[in-house]
Amino acid sequence: MRIAGKGLVDGSATIGFRFDGRDYTGFAGDTLASALLASGVRLFGRSFKYHRPRGVMTTGAEEPNALVTVGRGARAVPNVRATVQEIHGGLEARGQNAWPSLGLDLMAVNDLFAPFFGAGFYYKTFMWPRAFWERLYEPLIRRAAGLGALSGRSNDEAYEKAWAFCDLLVIGAGPAGLMAALGAARAGAEVILADEDSRMGGRLLLESHEVAGRAGADWAGAVLAELGAMANVRLMTRTTVTGAYDGGTYGALERVGLHVANPSEDLPRECFWRIVARRAVLAGGAHERQIAFANNDRPGIMTAGAVRGYLNRWGVAAGRSVTVFANNDDGHRTARDLVAAGVRIAALVDVREDVAMAGDFPVHAGARVIDTVGRQSLREVVIADREGRVSRIASDCLAVSGGWNPALHLACHMNGRPVWREDIAAFVPKPGMVPGMRVAGAANGAFSTQACLAEGLAAAAAVLDDLGFKAAPVDLPEAEDGAVRIRAYWEVPGATHRAWLDFANDVTTKDVRLAAQENFASVEHMKRYTTLGMAPDQGKNSSVTALAILAETTGRGIAETGTTTFRPPYVPVSIAALGAGGQGRGFAPKRLTTSDRAARERGAPMIEAGLWYRPSYFPRPGEATWREACDREVAMVRDRVGVCDVSTLGKIDIQGPDAGRFLDLVYSNTFSTLKPGRVRYGLMLREDGMVMDDGTTACLGPGHYLMTTTTAAAGQVMRHLDFVQQAHCHDWDLRMISVTEAWAQFAVAGPLARDLLNSVLAEPIDGAAFPFLACGEVRLMGVAARLFRISFSGELGFEVAVPARYGAALWRDLVARAESLGGGAYGMEALNVLRIEKGFVTHAEIHGRVTAFDIGLQAMVSGKKDCIGKAASTRPGLSGPEREQLVGLRPVAADRAIAAGAHLFDEAAEAVSANDRGYVTSACWSPTLGSHLALGFLRDGRARIGTRVRLVDHLRKAEVLCEVTDPVFFDPEGGRARG
Amino acid sequence: MASLIETTACEGLLPVATQDVTLGELPFACITSVAPFDGRQDAVAAALKAMGLGWPGPGQSVRAGDAACFWAGRDQAFLIGAAPEGLAGIAALTDQSDGWARMHLEGPGAEAVLARLIALDLRPAAFPEGAVARTGLGHMMAVLLREGPQSFQIMVFRSMAGTAVHNLHQAMRAIAARAAV
Amino acid sequence: MRLTCPLCGDRDRREFHYYGAEVYADRPDAGAALDAWDDYLHLRDNPAGETRDLWYHEIGCSAWIVVTRDTVSHRILQTALLTARQRQVGKFVYQEGDLREVPAKPGAATGGERP
Repeated sequence: MRIAGKGLVDGSATIGFRFDGRDYTGFAGDTLASALLASGVRLFGRSFKYHRPRGVMTTGAEEPNALVTVGRGARAVPNVRATVQEIHGGLEARGQNAWPSLGLDLMAVNDLFAPFFGAGFYYKTFMWPRAFWERLYEPLIRRAAGLGALSGRSNDEAYEKAWAFCDLLVIGAGPAGLMAALGAARAGAEVILADEDSRMGGRLLLESHEVAGRAGADWAGAVLAELGAMANVRLMTRTTVTGAYDGGTYGALERVGLHVANPSEDLPRECFWRIVARRAVLAGGAHERQIAFANNDRPGIMTAGAVRGYLNRWGVAAGRSVTVFANNDDGHRTARDLVAAGVRIAALVDVREDVAMAGDFPVHAGARVIDTVGRQSLREVVIADREGRVSRIASDCLAVSGGWNPALHLACHMNGRPVWREDIAAFVPKPGMVPGMRVAGAANGAFSTQACLAEGLAAAAAVLDDLGFKAAPVDLPEAEDGAVRIRAYWEVPGATHRAWLDFANDVTTKDVRLAAQENFASVEHMKRYTTLGMAPDQGKNSSVTALAILAETTGRGIAETGTTTFRPPYVPVSIAALGAGGQGRGFAPKRLTTSDRAARERGAPMIEAGLWYRPSYFPRPGEATWREACDREVAMVRDRVGVCDVSTLGKIDIQGPDAGRFLDLVYSNTFSTLKPGRVRYGLMLREDGMVMDDGTTACLGPGHYLMTTTTAAAGQVMRHLDFVQQAHCHDWDLRMISVTEAWAQFAVAGPLARDLLNSVLAEPIDGAAFPFLACGEVRLMGVAARLFRISFSGELGFEVAVPARYGAALWRDLVARAESLGGGAYGMEALNVLRIEKGFVTHAEIHGRVTAFDIGLQAMVSGKKDCIGKAASTRPGLSGPEREQLVGLRPVAADRAIAAGAHLFDEAAEAVSANDRGYVTSACWSPTLGSHLALGFLRDGRARIGTRVRLVDHLRKAEVLCEVTDPVFFDPEGGRARG
Repeated sequence: MASLIETTACEGLLPVATQDVTLGELPFACITSVAPFDGRQDAVAAALKAMGLGWPGPGQSVRAGDAACFWAGRDQAFLIGAAPEGLAGIAALTDQSDGWARMHLEGPGAEAVLARLIALDLRPAAFPEGAVARTGLGHMMAVLLREGPQSFQIMVFRSMAGTAVHNLHQAMRAIAARAAV
Repeated sequence: MRLTCPLCGDRDRREFHYYGAEVYADRPDAGAALDAWDDYLHLRDNPAGETRDLWYHEIGCSAWIVVTRDTVSHRILQTALLTARQRQVGKFVYQEGDLREVPAKPGAATGGERP
């Protein structure tokens, strides 16, 4: 019910929205909760376990009850707090955990079986038979319990993440935060003021307090106007700081588009900020707590601060006849504000005898609420006076104040523990729990407006002093300065019905006692046994009351009992926001070669190699399968000429007087003897003796080398070289830099390779002037290029490199020329077949667990010099007949296919892991040899060449008898490449 | 014989613009990495000085007309828009001209766009005009140079130009959509 | 988490690659006994408190840096270039000025070495 003349909402702007299939209207500035309350809606959802009817309880992010699902289809978001969601045109929300409807929920039958559903019910009940757990119990429990459900579909909406930096981050824009921001900003510090609400001002918007002789909201507005006009201030509304991390980094969730009608597709729904702040002031206020009494969860029972908050900010009376139940003076403000607005106060019930409150309503001092009546909405409050006389008060709203808990969560995120203050019956933070953070205002246990203003200003002064800013004058305004008068009172004793603590997870006082009784008496154990504090509100409403009851039950004090650990995030953060930018194309960069477009135009399917995309094969008309294209491309290279983009291989330029010496250290074989104009194959070991990578290195001139790495290991090798140089030989004179991206490099391979190249080179080459493993600078088509005579196919082969800007043009030209010679482009499939036929290894073989000995290259570990990995490679067990060694495998029946991943067994042995003798790493159909071929590792394999092994593929259920061969299947003398 | 046609790194991708920000490709320029050999730091600095430039300290750049020399990592600078005269033999030189996609981001929202992708304090006091950083742009290695109050030069590896443009354009559109609310 | 690169200044930890304890930079001599290699390759202390480890500024300037930090408080105490280490009778030390002290509270660290 809206009270005319009250509240800060814009009554001229009406907004329509839907809730549970019905149309409602509200005003600009309304939350879903305030608009529905104004429309008389009391029932917002059903509770987690017992499906009890629940209404709104608070005005903020701590709301445990009014959790709704917003949106529809893949864009539906569950468990949105109605107290946070602003209304907008097109908003569609619905209550949760009810079937078929909120009003008639058949699962509410659970409530009747409540005696069975206490803490630990599931643990005790669904223990056996074991097989039932996954098939029966869990699906049943999941269907019956729970809050909102995910859509199960991928959400296509935009999310964002961003970074911000500042001198001072002020968390919360209530009286303390505003003063802290103002003090720091006037002195010239760069300030970020973040507040989770859509409008800044904090409690000043919810109270009727005056500040400096003006309405609190007006004073806040004036301060915000000043801050908003300053270039060194960034105001971040709708932004909840969710975590405090190392190094002054704070996580914050901004609701960017959740309040916008018809948002553009580009508008992020939320943005997750990482704010790096030299200092922070936590001024996040406090949360009011409930008192536990029988049936304290009915719709219409709210915190006292929320009841007057709805009145003062939104002009909404939460009931027509309101009872106030309190253990402290602050709760009395609700009665005072409501009466002033003309709302009837049915009674003020205070547990204390000495209540200094008088008004035009009955005051029951020393009394308590012992029960409530009303199913889907509160109808009556049952109280007992100091003599125990019971009476009933007709009331549709009960405003409860059990005192306030400082919102100190962020201050505890680095494992600091708060301290108990008896005088205000609350935990408060200790100074210095998060380096660089100060806590001010209600979050620090300073509850009066005056104290909040003063603490905020003092925090600013301390920060300015810390950072070396000269403070600028700021007047401390006058405001109410009431003392905290409270009697710690957690629970009305002798409850005849359940009394709730954690509303969101349906945990009652009885559950906490049961936990203690069953010896889950530590607060952390109690939490997990009862699930108290594990719902979306993370115990903001319940944990202090629960631990007070636990303390009483176990006979320990509250301070001794302590709190559970506070961990980020302070409020729920969607995974979409945390992972923003990582969906789709943002997941990883795509590295494209200069020939990418041309390859795709030819219909080549692309496969990933690290971050690169490379063509699998180039299909031609009439080819029905990839194998046909691959076989043709292999034959092309063996018989004519093929062209392949090999730009993705890592290229590292190494220069300096000590460059050769350095290569000797990082390669197992010797490079210092390599002459300019020559190329050598090199093997690189890890320090533990395993093979890291292989590749060719060319000597371009005296003290100038060009190293190539495999595509996959380029980054790892660069890091390794930088480490070796900086850790072990930083006084050697050499410089390294990656030139991978600067050059487009193409392999030209096949018997006609030289003919093709000579058609583009300014000066033709011949076998004598440019022998196998030669390199040099050439000119082709007006461009300075590099030519290397190396071969990964076993054919006469060259790699030609041009500056990358010419890559696209050169690739098209080379392929056209190859085609005119009966050849053409070849892709990764053919490249793989060609190298398997030649027994060349890739990372399928050098997978991190093989030594130079294992791949038959032990002779490449030079005995004449030290190298990385040499000492470790001599360790026992890294060479010898026990090792699995690289061999070739050829099916005895040539048409039997072999698959990589299959395991090798002795012919007569049973195919079980105890008899495992090795495995297949690479396999292909060789069109050249007309047989399936494979490379693999076999125990003592080199000694077993010529024998047979049984290859068993347990996954694909295949078994092939193979002959063990040398890994080089084709042209073992290498005459073709040298020719 | 026909000569080879040049293709730029961002061919077909740029320019793109939103209300507040434009992203374009910078014209081709000769880029040489310069890494002084041991004990030749002064000689390299002198050679650069002779070109009207100088050796930039970490995070700095030196500019003279169309030429610039900016810090590009440990013991390394990039010389842009000028041939490396007098540097052979005293510094390791490599041609980096083709290795990078070079982009220009400009507009009132440029800093906000970069804040979506770069974990760096880009406030003018921390990252003034002429400041250079080797840093990450999304998941990519990048070189970032501030050219003016609202303009930046961004370099990423040539092969990643498509991803960089996509990421930057996405951030630009998000900033524009925020401004429209 | 932030790390101060001695060259680049205050940076987000995402720019760095972590490599383990500093002792990995103390490679045994080529002729050292296998035990020494075993120790070097595989055995590490796991202190509760101050420790030194190696980080590579991979998405940055390519410098390897040595970070002194507290595993209990997560405080970063000092950073230095790996190349600043100098061998002195059986252990490595740093020259005065090569160690960059990181203040107890965040943010006071400045950017890179800008005159």
